[in-house]
Amino acid sequence: MRITPDNRAPASSPVLVVEHLSASVAGQQVVEDVSFTVPATGITAVLGRNGVGKTSTLKGLMGLYRRSGAVTLAGERIDALPTHKVVQRGVGYVPEDREVFARLTVAENLRLAERAGSATPERRELVKRLFPDLVQRRHQMAGTLSGGQQQMVALARVLLNDNRVLLVDEPTKGLAPLIVEQVAEALREASVTVPILLVEQNLEVVRHLAGEAVVIAGGRVVHTGSATELLSDESLTRRLLGVHTDTDREVHP
Amino acid sequence: MSTVVLLLATGLGLGALYFLVASGLSLIYGLMHVLNFAHGSFLTLGAFLGWAAAQRLDATSWTGFVASILVGALVGAVVAALTELLLIRPLYERHIEQVLVTVGLSLATVALFEGIWGTDPDFIRGPAWMDRTTGVLGARIPNDRFVIIGIAVLVLVAIVVFLRKTRYGMVIRAGVENRAMVTALGIDVRRSFTLVFAIGGAAAGLGGVLAAHYFGYVSPSLGGSLLIFAFIVTVIGGLGSLTGAAIASVLVALLQQFANYYAGGTGDFVIVLALAGVLLVRPSGLLGKAA
Repeated sequence: MRITPDNRAPASSPVLVVEHLSASVAGQQVVEDVSFTVPATGITAVLGRNGVGKTSTLKGLMGLYRRSGAVTLAGERIDALPTHKVVQRGVGYVPEDREVFARLTVAENLRLAERAGSATPERRELVKRLFPDLVQRRHQMAGTLSGGQQQMVALARVLLNDNRVLLVDEPTKGLAPLIVEQVAEALREASVTVPILLVEQNLEVVRHLAGEAVVIAGGRVVHTGSATELLSDESLTRRLLGVHTDTDREVHP
Repeated sequence: MSTVVLLLATGLGLGALYFLVASGLSLIYGLMHVLNFAHGSFLTLGAFLGWAAAQRLDATSWTGFVASILVGALVGAVVAALTELLLIRPLYERHIEQVLVTVGLSLATVALFEGIWGTDPDFIRGPAWMDRTTGVLGARIPNDRFVIIGIAVLVLVAIVVFLRKTRYGMVIRAGVENRAMVTALGIDVRRSFTLVFAIGGAAAGLGGVLAAHYFGYVSPSLGGSLLIFAFIVTVIGGLGSLTGAAIASVLVALLQQFANYYAGGTGDFVIVLALAGVLLVRPSGLLGKAA
């Protein structure tokens, strides 16, 4: 069964509130003034053309880039915390390009990710069930895995822990269609228990997964609302994202 | 033949000393991107205090020798950890300032050591067996070479086991690859900074005691003279690679010994040529990560 916006529980208070976030790297401002909220359930997509600052927004939230503004996680301000404390508060991060440790085995990558008192046997079971490949390849160096398998390691690292929210950056980038489906399915299953903020270029994946959408342009939020409504409005989609959607093609075959 | 064997043994002994210094340099650079110019001072202090401990017990006894090794390693570890905590950490992520502070520390400590122990070399003694030689294929090999090589191999094995089998070792290996991602897993990577400084300092301090036996004396300039070659070893081996440091230590020391003997004392010059050659052909070193 797919979770669609229609059968999703109504959002209670948001898990993550971002107010006037700006971020800079090497003295250059990469996020100007971004405000949005992440509902306590489901998947919220962050959309926008290439280079508008989606990845930088996530890195700013994680404290990987120098940031200012207010970020509130379940009522607690986390914008002054160093990255490792942000994570310890329950923010799981899946970076763009996976960033697995190439010279560590799969098992070591996963062991490293397990946080004390957070990783439970049930979560290990979930990861084994979602990614049986990783169990087989546990002694393999992560650098020798395919892109799809590395993505599974990256997702497993956050699913092993009890997180309040997951920030997932382009998990399907560069993957074969079959693997994209598997990754999307893992995200959908994960989203049943933990809200996800998802940066994703593959609009088909967004359409299947996301309830809410936040569109960024020029370092600012230019649109928020239902993902389905946004993606079914072809002129809005074209204007905000600069792409033709499938609906487009159906209308003009 | 006996000359070649002697040169091999002497070269391996020297290589062992280079490795004890270079292993720490390489780990510290790999994880923190800091070239630690104060590393020679950890070595010198380890040598002086190790020698002091040996004298207090009985410099010619094995007890005195073992005590000097332990004291040297401990002093190196403690001083290195304090250096990281008090001088390096406040300059977090400011690599140039961090390097400058280690340069300053090395200059200041050499002056301090000269003030305390004088500028002249202080000749040392060890257990009588270490002063004798053993015949190997017709060559008379000084016994201290075997001890030095043996201990360096033990240190290499210990560091490798630590890196492979412990969680801290795993954090360090991951941090050498991608430090930001380690923090993004909720791990305070700065704790491992202190740890690599302590490990590198222990190896250097221990190396100081062994270097004193190799050369027969301790002096305030002991660390500085070894540090230069250890830097060359680290670069040739590939910054951040422990195995690279081990291999390059042996290669550099052997090349140096053979060139000194067969090419009219040009060992140091040949090493610098080798460094230039490696940098031209493989800029990231023998086993370094591709830049």
